[in-house]
Formats: sequence, structure tokens, C-alpha cells
Amino acid sequence: MQSVCLYFQVHQPYRLKKYRFFNLGNDHYYYDDYLNKSIMERVAAKSYIPMNNLLLELIQKHGKAFKVSFSISGSALDQFQEYTPQVLASFKQLAQTGNVEFLAETYAHSLSGMKSKEEFVRQIKMHQEKIKELFGVSPQTFRNTELIYSDEIGETIAEMGFKTMLTEGAKHVLGWKSPNFVYTNAINPRLKVLLRNFQFSDDIAFRFSNQNWNEWPLTTDKFSDWLGQLNPKEQVANLYMDYETFGEHQWTETGIFEFMRNLPEKILKKPNLCFKTPSEVSKEYQPIAAIHVPNAISWADEERDLTAWLGNEIQDEAFDKLYAIEVAMRNCQDPSLQKDWLKLQASDHFYYMCTKWFSDGAVHQYFTPYGSPYEAFINFMNVLSDFYIRLEREGKSRQESDIESLQSPQEDVFNMLGKFTNVKLKKMVKDLSLGELSALFFESDQAIRDKMMKIIGKKELNKIQEYRETSNALSSKEIESYKEDLRKKIARLP
Amino acid sequence: MKVLMFGWEFPPHITGGLGTASYGLTKGLLKHDVEMIFVVPKAFGDEDQRAARIVNASDIPVNYKQKHIQDFWNKLTYLEIGSNIRPYIDPEDFAKIHEDVKHSIKEKEHLILGEKYTFSGKYGKNLMEEVARYAMVGASIAAQNDFDIIHAHDWLTYMAGIAAKEVSGKPLVVHMHATEYDRAGEDRINTEVFGIEQKGMKEADRVITVSNLTRDIVIKHYGIDPAKIQTIHNAIEPVDKDNLQLNRSVKEKVVTFLGRLTFQKGPEYFVEAAKLILERDDNVRFVMAGNGDMFEELIKRVAKLRIATKFHFTGFLKGAEVDKMFQLSDVFVMPSVSEPFGLVPLEAMRSNVPVVISKQSGVAEVLTNALKVDFWDVEGIADAIYGLLHYNSLSEMFIKNGVEEVDNLKWEHAAKQVKAAYESVLLNNIELDK
Repeated sequence: MQSVCLYFQVHQPYRLKKYRFFNLGNDHYYYDDYLNKSIMERVAAKSYIPMNNLLLELIQKHGKAFKVSFSISGSALDQFQEYTPQVLASFKQLAQTGNVEFLAETYAHSLSGMKSKEEFVRQIKMHQEKIKELFGVSPQTFRNTELIYSDEIGETIAEMGFKTMLTEGAKHVLGWKSPNFVYTNAINPRLKVLLRNFQFSDDIAFRFSNQNWNEWPLTTDKFSDWLGQLNPKEQVANLYMDYETFGEHQWTETGIFEFMRNLPEKILKKPNLCFKTPSEVSKEYQPIAAIHVPNAISWADEERDLTAWLGNEIQDEAFDKLYAIEVAMRNCQDPSLQKDWLKLQASDHFYYMCTKWFSDGAVHQYFTPYGSPYEAFINFMNVLSDFYIRLEREGKSRQESDIESLQSPQEDVFNMLGKFTNVKLKKMVKDLSLGELSALFFESDQAIRDKMMKIIGKKELNKIQEYRETSNALSSKEIESYKEDLRKKIARLP
Repeated sequence: MKVLMFGWEFPPHITGGLGTASYGLTKGLLKHDVEMIFVVPKAFGDEDQRAARIVNASDIPVNYKQKHIQDFWNKLTYLEIGSNIRPYIDPEDFAKIHEDVKHSIKEKEHLILGEKYTFSGKYGKNLMEEVARYAMVGASIAAQNDFDIIHAHDWLTYMAGIAAKEVSGKPLVVHMHATEYDRAGEDRINTEVFGIEQKGMKEADRVITVSNLTRDIVIKHYGIDPAKIQTIHNAIEPVDKDNLQLNRSVKEKVVTFLGRLTFQKGPEYFVEAAKLILERDDNVRFVMAGNGDMFEELIKRVAKLRIATKFHFTGFLKGAEVDKMFQLSDVFVMPSVSEPFGLVPLEAMRSNVPVVISKQSGVAEVLTNALKVDFWDVEGIADAIYGLLHYNSLSEMFIKNGVEEVDNLKWEHAAKQVKAAYESVLLNNIELDK
């Protein structure tokens, strides 16, 4: 049996407002609320809502036979909550069907994987927790921003306990090999790597309405025939695309929704085809080889590299300046700074600064709110300069309080918690993520474990146990960072 | 192919972009084996004669008895220009103009009867009279020379172009370097100048505009058939790269405006932007180079804003002084209200100076390595300048890519398009004759 694996990327960044240099130091609000809200509402109405409804309809019709997967960035989820809660509700409905896999990614849809392992891991954990909180499932499969992948990134992902990761079936990486097999990471073979079939994916995502394409119009018969004619040895056709393909990039009038409404039936009629989620594909098939990707790839442009986001002078300066404060941000306790820090990391800001398509600007013009890459850069740098000012102020005030706390040396966090009353500990525990709970439970001492057994329900304890079993042992550095988190949370208790 | 070209100014005696452009184009056309007779109102004697055979209009005897010239003269309406519209005016001309007014009407009859005419070479109060006389010379040259096509630059030479066309029957190409709408603004249009511009374009077989911005104005305000209007962007003459390195005398960064201080160039927006920047950043100086009717007003404004210790006026700069100014500059700003093309930013970029230009300029259509802002958006101009002064990678990128970009804007390329335009006009004419 061969599989068709559908995966959709859902992402919306927080776009910045026009931020002039005279705002520096005075105005600390960076976002164009009106633009963000109106884009969210437009895309919700044209794409997310109708497509979610269609998928629900298809799941009702085909039952377990039809499956899809999503990755939804943290910034998209936050904006659903803020602007279009009905979209979030409909994703929750999809989650409840059990036919939908949700993937993990970096919370901010960031390029942190290219710069800092620590920040990368932090954001993935944040995103996992967010998905868990909203949809009640812990993601088992990872996909990085814009399918960015390298051997090294894959290794980090394997270390974090993920079993599967998605990326692009880039020609220059595959050579003569087919993307329609399961591969493994070149460093850690435990991580399976699924490769996007760009031919099939782009038939839908880019060429569907192109009347100059010799296969236009694309019918469900034609497309399911192509899929049905996979080499019998091949395992899977990975169709990965932006979710906005449906209704936003390809308008309703192109017939894209009708196409998708009829496609599953046509595919399921083929005796050799079925639908599977990435996790199922990864479980089902034996990987055939390791895939070697020493230099990072992505699913963007002809080059399938990172030059849409990084590489020109202005992108590199902005990127370096942004991550120059990473260490300071680890110590920063101001929640509003932390939120802005995430929003500024969205890869989109760097995409707007790309100069390589001056020649064919029209395609990319669509995605940018700026008149030119240079305006995007100046605006971003103005915002970042203000962020620097705030961070410096925060650092100063923190140093002052640090001096106070130095006079009374810090107590071990586990000791502090050991002295907590049950009521206080319960309050504290409510606030903790599964990861933190598991660290607290297994890395502290018997006294705390006894207390926790009393105040935490059995179900919850099982989950903690489960989490512990599915994740790797914590390094001492990681334990320290959990302790630091706990310390901050204790400090915030009334 | 031989072209009868009516220009107005020629290096080294230029007072604006028009002279630079017609000179560059002439040189470019010669590279494409186009011959030409370049006619200027007055040759100063030290022009670069390699570029064209310069016929000094003052040296052409006018045989006013020739019938067709008299016909043309009869058809010409004498127009008198209003007082406050004076393109490319020098202060020294300012006083002279009022003197000229008194004599112009009386002299008219006398001049028609003369054998040879002397043209002032600069625009003045009796501009319309000069335009008319120039047209007569144009007809005379046309009658005595052999050529295939006529090319006239800007309205001052359009009458000459039309006269030459009537005399010779050869097709006419007019080149719009600026419109009255750019020079005066919509509310202060001189209807006589407008009339000549419109007549020139209507009579022409092809209209070349220096930008799409100008093309749009010509279609919208002059009602010219879009089918015969073609945009050919201006270019720039290459220079020798080994510029002298100046020792900078000030520690601050320098932001420069260079152009006539007139409504069209938007100097007041530069002043306001300077104020905004100086409020936050003391480490900048602003320089305003140029002269014009807004000079006093601008000085007053700078004084009122209390930024005079950081804002400097240099007066009119030319030649080497301009190069020197660029070498001292960190950012060049052209906030023009309406700029058909705008050559100065290219000169700045060529000297490694990043530029901020208004979106209301033709040059914005061809440049990618420049920051483009609406002229009225003072905050936007200020922000662009600030960005270039503070975020190094941006100015480095502009300097690196800008020089290369400008080097590719060759007159040779523009001239090739102009030559193709001639060929298509000539072909049309042949087909029409059949």
C-alpha cells in the first residue's frame, strides 16, 4: 500500500506598524493591529473557515480513511485567539475527529534553528505546550519554519525526542533519488525524514489555476491517476503546502475547493493508495537510506535554500542584531519584552528584506506590507533599537534587585519548594508545564515527590510519568534551566 | 541617418539637467553611427566639438524673404511670458529682465529686418521673442541642410522643430525633459508655455518622455495620443574613478541637498526633515547647495527652527565643487515635488553617496538601490535619512550596488532606443507615403 500524506502550513506573522525613529524610546507598541486583524479576518473568511469545513465534511464522509496534518505557528494561534476565535474553534473540532495530526514547530515561526540551539529548543517546547493546551495532543512530528532542514537541525530534533521531521525534497539534495521514500537523518538514524514531493505539491499550490500550464485544467481524475502511477516500490507521496493555497492563493473561482472536495474519493478508489499522517507514514515504512544535507535547505524559491531570509547585507545585520541580545533575553523577566522578542523573531521580517527578486518582484510583492526591502529593514531596525532601549532599562532595574538578592545568597529551588505548604505548592504546580512538572518530580527529592503525590491527581501523575518515559534524560544544564524557570515562577507568586 | 537636433544648452555652459542630457544623448547617438546637426542658440566658443557639428545660430544668416519662412512667421503668434515663471534663472539675469521688457516690443520690428541674430543663450524676460526668432533660424537651417529627421529638446526649441518640419517635410521628434506642470505646479501654469508644449507634441511624429511620470502628465494634461508617446529614461555620463580623497573637516555626518531652490525641487521638505532629525541626533550637519527664488524664505525658516548652527547654505555649486560636495556627504536627498527625471541622485551614487529620492521623480522608476519616499512625507524622509546614517549595512549595500547600478545607466543604451524610435518614425512615414 502506498500513502498520500497531506500536510498544511498555517502561519500569520505579527506585522509591524510604520515605526519611525522618533518613536524610539517613547512608543513601545510595534504592531499594525488594523492590518493584522484585517488580514486575519480576510484569510479566515476566504480560506481557513471554508477549508476547515470542507475537511470536516470529508472526514465525516470517509471516516478513518481520510487524514490530514497541520502545523500552526504560535503567532497564528495567538492571532486566532485575538482576532478570529471561530477559526480556532473549528481547528479544535478537526482535532477532535482524531484524523488530524498537529505538528510541532518553533513558536515564533523563527529562523532560530540557524542561530541558537538553545532558543530553537525553547521555542519548540513553547509550541508543544501551546498545541497541547489547545488541542489536547502532544506533537510527535516536527517541521521547521519553511521546511528548513540540515543534518545538524535534524540531530537537535532527534535529541528532543521527535521521531519524524518534514523537509523539502530538494533536487540538489536528492540527485537521482526519489522523494517518495522515508529517509533518516544522517547523524541520528532514529529520526525519520519525510520529503516533500514538489512536483505534485506545486501542481496544486502554484499551477492549479495557471492557464498556460499544459496540464491545465487539473482534474481530480488526472491528479489521482498520476498518484496511482507511483512506482510500486515507492512508499509515499508527500503533498505539503501553505494552507492559504485554498481560497487565498488559489481563489474559490478557480475551483480549488471543488477539486479538494472530490480528490479524496478519487484517491481512495485507487487500490494501491491510502491517506496517512506523517507519524503513521514514519511508523509504517522502513527507511531506505540516510539523507545527507550538510547545508540548510528550505521549500522556498527555485534555489530551495535560505536566501529568501538571510544572506544580503541588511538581512544579515538585522539577524545578527536580533540574536545579539539572546543571552540578555534569557535573563529578562519582563513578560512584555518576552512576547515582543518572539514576535520580532518571525522569519517574515527577514523575507521582507530580500533583494534577490528585484527582477521578478510581482510574486513576492504580494507577501510584503512594505514598498521596498530597504523600508522593511529600516522599520525593523527602528523597532529593534527601541527594544534594545527597553531591554537595557529592564537589565538595569534587574541588576539593582540582583544586588539586593546577592546580600542574601540564593537558596536551592527544590529546598524552597520543600518548605512550601501544600496549598501554596498546589498553586505553584498549576502553573507548570508538563516538562517542568516532570523535572520537578524526578529531579528533586523524596520530600517533594511525596507532597506532589498528595496534591496531584492520578491521571496527571500518569502523564508526568509518560512524559518522562518518552523524553530523553535531562542534562545537568537542562535541570539548571528548569530550576531557573521555577525560581522565576516562585518569584512571581503573590 | 542624419538628425537635425535643436538643443538649448551645451557643456560646459549648463544651468540644468537639460544641457547635460542633450549632450549625453548626442554622444550616445554618435556611437550608434547617427550623424547630427546640433543647433544651440549661442555657442560660447569652448564647447566640446567632437560630439557634434555645432552650428552657431548667431552665425546663420536669415533670408527672411524666403517664402516658407515668412509663412511660418505669419503663423506664429507672439506670446509674452508672465513674470514669475523662469526656468533655470540666474540671479544676474533677474535684474536684466526688467530692462529687457521695456525694449522688447520696439525691437521686434527691427529684429525681423536684420540679417543676423544674436541670442542671449540664457532664458530671460523676452523668452517668447527669442523662441520665435530661434524658430526662424531653425527653418533657415532646415532649408540649407540635408537630414532625415528633426529632434527638438523641450518646449523652447519646439517652434524651431515645427518650422524645420514645415520647411523640409521631414518627421519631427520632440523630447519632453520637463513639463510646465513640473516647473510651476498645477495652480501656476503659464498657459503660453503650456500652449507651445502642446503644439509641439501635437505636431510631432513621436514624443519621447524621460519617464513614465512625464508620460502620464503628457497624456492626462496635454491630451496627446498615448500611441505616439514613448518613455526613454535618461542616463549618465561615466566619469574617471580616481577621485581625490578629501580630508573631512567635520566630525559629524553630512546630509546634502543639491538643486535649484525652487518650488519644483521641494527644498522646504528637506529643511523640515532636518529639524526632525536634529531633535534626536546632534551628530549630523545638513547642507543645502543651490540657488533660487526660495532662498530667503528657506534661510528664514532655518533660523526660525533654530537649527542654523547645523544647517548650511553654500549657494550655487558647479563642476569640481559639486564633486567635492558629494565627497563630503553621507546621504544625498532629492525631495522633488515633480521631477521628470532627476540626474543629480545618479551623480551622488556615482560618488558613493547613498540617496533618498522622492517617488515623484522619474529616476525613481529606474533605480532600485535608493530609498523612495513621497515628497510631502517629511517624517518618511527623516526616517530614511536616519536609517542610512545609523544602520551601516544599508548604506554599505547602497554604495556597493549603487555604483554598479549607475554604471549600467549608459547614454549609449538610451541612445540606442532613441535611434530605434527614429527608425520606426521613418518607417511609418515611408508607409504613409505609399
